[in-house]
Amino acid sequence: MSLVFAGVCSHAPGITGRSERADAALREPFYAAFRAMSEALHAAKPDALLVIAAEHFANFFMDSMPAYAVGMADNYDGPIEDPAWLRIPRRLARGNPGLSRRLIAEIQKSVDVTYAEEWRLDHGIMVPLYFLDPQNTLTLIPANINCQGPPLTPLNRVWAFGEAIRRAADKVPERIALVGTGGISHWPATPDSGMINEPWDREFLRRWAGQEREAMLSYSDEEIYRDAGQGGFEIRTFIATAAAARGTGKVHFYAPIPIFAVGCTIATLEIL
Amino acid sequence: MSLYQLSKLLFQLNRDEGLQARFKLDPEAGVAGFQLTEEERRAVLEPDIGLLYVLGVNGQILMHFAAFSGIDWADYLQRMRDGVKRHGPVRAGVYAMLSGPDDRVAGV
Repeated sequence: MSLVFAGVCSHAPGITGRSERADAALREPFYAAFRAMSEALHAAKPDALLVIAAEHFANFFMDSMPAYAVGMADNYDGPIEDPAWLRIPRRLARGNPGLSRRLIAEIQKSVDVTYAEEWRLDHGIMVPLYFLDPQNTLTLIPANINCQGPPLTPLNRVWAFGEAIRRAADKVPERIALVGTGGISHWPATPDSGMINEPWDREFLRRWAGQEREAMLSYSDEEIYRDAGQGGFEIRTFIATAAAARGTGKVHFYAPIPIFAVGCTIATLEIL
Repeated sequence: MSLYQLSKLLFQLNRDEGLQARFKLDPEAGVAGFQLTEEERRAVLEPDIGLLYVLGVNGQILMHFAAFSGIDWADYLQRMRDGVKRHGPVRAGVYAMLSGPDDRVAGV
């Protein structure tokens, strides 16, 4: 039928795995914004939730790294990490391979994507699902953009991927919700974990919320690495979501939470 | 240097419970079949998290190997700092250290 919801959120594993170490004055409003996003998502009554993620070597590795991948499985299990480490219990999320296949066929008319009939969820999708689908009721279609192993797909191609997802969502009879998930600036899993370039984040979010396409796509990977860290490569997930939604964005929550290693973000986009 | 092989071993170890069980039982057998230098092999078996970090293992792989090895978050960060002190700057990859060796960016 159409795209019925579009938003973005953070997914850092510390959000659940190191929750008690965060300042409650920041943590609780962030969790509340996540829950509000969940309510808005469910209120849109989606038949499927397509998550554009930036996975971290759970399924895809440098032996054969797809720039873009979309899941086409009956179900998806996760987290692939130790559930005690992530503090998210294992679950089996329901898939819909027939719907995946129709979406992928349409996306492929303009962007070459890898399809995957096997896919295990890492924190990049499990942390969003923990908040957005606590009862595990939604049908999931995972998608991935390589943001980890350079060379990375250029931002103008990311935009095209988002446009292709929108075209595909409009073409199928099902109601599709879209969530992009990634960090803005961050240096995760290193001694620099907790470093956050807040001015850079706010400027990126300004461009993103304003649908400033050229400005959003003008960052080079060298600039991103220097100013926003290797985690900043994940802006690809936000950009693809903006391309799919077409409307302007509203940032419901943004605050650097160092122990979560990222500027925690919850935002939605108008669908035009 | 065979960073790719080293990373592949840890990638597979992170996702394969069978390999995890074999590795716990007999670490040397667990690393057999991967083309590692002696330094890399030693870094995995010890495990020397700091050296693995300096060798350029992507943090998204390394943090799970550290957790698998029973190393908590604060200790993981400290071992990487100590690794840079002992072995010098990160030699490859995109996970170089920007903060000082005694910084505690997030308080840990």
